[in-house]
Amino acid sequence: MKPPDRDRQMNVGKLILEGRAFLALLVVIVVFSLLSPNYFSVSNLLTMSSHVAVYAVLAIGMLLVILNGGIDLSVGSTLGLSGVIAGALMQGVPVFGVRLFPSVWVVVIVTCAVGALIGLLNGVLVARFRVASFVATLGTLYVVRGIGLLMTDGLTYNDLGGDPALGNTGFDWLGFNKLLGIPIGVLVMIVVAAVASVLLSRTVFGRWLYSAGGNERAAELSGVPVKKVKVWVYVVSGLCAAVAGLILSSELTSAGPTAGTSYELTAIAAVVIGGAALTGGRGNVRGTMLGAFVIGFLSDGLVIVGVSAYWQTVFTGAVIVLAVLLNAVQYGRKRPRKKPADTPTDTPKTLASVA
Amino acid sequence: MNSAGEVVLSARQVVKTYGSTRALKGVDFDIHRGQVTTLFGENGAGKSTLMKILSGVESPTGGEIVLHGEPVRFDSTVAAREKGISIIHQELSLAPNLSVRDNIFMGRELRTRTGVDFAEEARQTRALMTELQEDIDPSTLVADLRLGQQQIVEIARALSVNAQILIMDEPTSALSAAEVEVLFKVIHDLTARGVSIVYISHHLEEALQVTDHAVVLRDGAIAATAERSEIDLEWIVRRMVGAGFDLGEPPAGSQQDQVALSIENVVADGVDDLSLQVRAGEIVCLYGLMGAGRTELLEAVAGRVPIESGTIRLAGQDVSGLTIAERIDRGLGLVPEDRQRDGLVQTMTVGRNLSLASIESFVRGAFLSRGAERRLVDGAIHDVRVKTAGGDAAIGSLSGGNQQKVVIGKILATGPDVILLDEPSRGIDVGAKGEVFRLLAERAKAGLAVLYSTSEVGECLSIAHRIVVMRRGRIAAEFDAGVTKETIMAASGEAVVA
Repeated sequence: MKPPDRDRQMNVGKLILEGRAFLALLVVIVVFSLLSPNYFSVSNLLTMSSHVAVYAVLAIGMLLVILNGGIDLSVGSTLGLSGVIAGALMQGVPVFGVRLFPSVWVVVIVTCAVGALIGLLNGVLVARFRVASFVATLGTLYVVRGIGLLMTDGLTYNDLGGDPALGNTGFDWLGFNKLLGIPIGVLVMIVVAAVASVLLSRTVFGRWLYSAGGNERAAELSGVPVKKVKVWVYVVSGLCAAVAGLILSSELTSAGPTAGTSYELTAIAAVVIGGAALTGGRGNVRGTMLGAFVIGFLSDGLVIVGVSAYWQTVFTGAVIVLAVLLNAVQYGRKRPRKKPADTPTDTPKTLASVA
Repeated sequence: MNSAGEVVLSARQVVKTYGSTRALKGVDFDIHRGQVTTLFGENGAGKSTLMKILSGVESPTGGEIVLHGEPVRFDSTVAAREKGISIIHQELSLAPNLSVRDNIFMGRELRTRTGVDFAEEARQTRALMTELQEDIDPSTLVADLRLGQQQIVEIARALSVNAQILIMDEPTSALSAAEVEVLFKVIHDLTARGVSIVYISHHLEEALQVTDHAVVLRDGAIAATAERSEIDLEWIVRRMVGAGFDLGEPPAGSQQDQVALSIENVVADGVDDLSLQVRAGEIVCLYGLMGAGRTELLEAVAGRVPIESGTIRLAGQDVSGLTIAERIDRGLGLVPEDRQRDGLVQTMTVGRNLSLASIESFVRGAFLSRGAERRLVDGAIHDVRVKTAGGDAAIGSLSGGNQQKVVIGKILATGPDVILLDEPSRGIDVGAKGEVFRLLAERAKAGLAVLYSTSEVGECLSIAHRIVVMRRGRIAAEFDAGVTKETIMAASGEAVVA
């Protein structure tokens, strides 16, 4: 055990390191508040938060997959397809020559089910057929995007408002309405985050997920149903992507088949900035939420200050690299250095010494 | 000048601190030309740290390294290797996707004007393999070799750089008795050529066969130094742990009338039509060489690998088709051989590792009860005597022995009727070994059926009521506790090492 005096010594550095996502968010807010008087206003913060909501909900699904040691590249496409499906349903479904207009709740449920189904496909490919998650979800990324394009012929549904006469109004409620002054999208994000947080920290499933992501072989021998857990994380990720798709298309009151392109990368970035390890087993909802806010507040801030979109890309990239570097520092430090023979970090040294 | 026994490399008052932890507290250590110096010590005594300093992996915080009378500083392992110091690490560091030849010359390929001289590399590799009496083709993939053969390749690689000082950290842990014999011959040849060897092993008897000097390290300081001729096993053990060396004896007085585990005509990968019964309260030791099928048998019984035919019964009920989780529920758990790979989740705390297998027992409603979990963890830490700051400590902060106790504690927390342990003493020190065996003996007294495997004969003749010797996937012989080591070893097909 570390003696207490060493603990005290390390405290400040450790705090900065572990709270880095939070500090980064503070820095972003302070810098942009100084640069633009409009940045730090309640209305702007809420607007930015509803942008963040889309990324954050995606990122929480992604967090579960990454905790399991996998990756889900298909969420951006799933988000796009969700919007398209919702849009198509809002335009009415022809059944035996009659055009039926399902109510908004039915639209939401069907869309979520499609998202979960795509996740199930990913999960079965990865868990049962042992396809590498990167490859399996890369495949579904293309397939799902293609289906969205086929369904719409590449066009966008512009009218999601519904018609009171048809009884299917209210789709924009998600994107435009507020409850107690808070946009519904943000509330959905908070609920998703809270549920995920409880799931991870207080349920058997959460513990199974952390153990299977940390060491699948050991978890399996301890009786953890590792395959079941693996399938479920992809299902949840697909479900989250569908919810994010609903929020986005509702905010835009339109749904295009190319919506959400490259959002999977933003989601991965949020998870990584939030301190999760891509090797699995480490990470939490709080970090991922902070990560999503850092990315969202940064890019919106750059827009407000008037920095070109190209620079935004550069800044976002730099933040991700920095975050990964700090992750390496943090997890490198936690390893017991007294007996490096036990630790994977020692392998390069070992190789070098004999090679 | 070049006489054997002369000190070639020495550590003078070497201190190494990590933060405020002092891993080495002013150590003096000499390596003699053409002789074997063995470093004994429990896990965490500082053996590996000292070897890392001598081989350039780490720099000392204080003190100096003297090579041929001159103080030196190694900035890297490459620098140390250029001075003729080479180390074979405990964990294999081969690239399984490359051939034996490529592994041996990794990072220092023999170049021609246009590329790599593969023919010459292969020739040298073949020469090394001849020297090591191992018939391995240079173009074989390392992944296709047995673990023991991989260890041989590792040794060949260290030899290939023409090292003057060779440090071997647990070189025999994966070798069969025959391979160990070859290794010892190689060590004799090397020392005859003037190569100095530093040897580290938990296998004390083996180390005593090969060594010229014994150095015992305890708590980061030298506890004793002696010539081989002056000492015996007792001497080393006493200085390592500061206490007597006793792995215990078969516990008496347990009721052994009910068959807890019954393995009937089981055929699986590496297991050939094997039948075995373990009664409640009985401790059975499964002895055999590497590759005898012990691990395969235990993994098949635990449900990790499927069986081709036969039946496995727990208290009379057939469990052959059940999953690992279902078998744990029925009271059967396995403590795997490779703690790091199969036993522990490194990213979780001590407590969460302990509670992992029994986690469903403290669900209240939909949620985990923190209180119930804490009680289980605290109870387990106390029961299996894990030395830790508490359930929230990182699993990596524990010594090997305590990590092993966590893996055992995890299975015991599920309340099993039968516990299988594959090499439970692997890589843990004598003190922890004794504690683990005492723990098993206690549980057996309370009715637990214990089946443990080992490749150290000394461990058969401790707490086991019955010793089963495996050979080529079958049971070669069965003995009662009173048998001699020689009889057991002969039954396993092992030549008795002189």
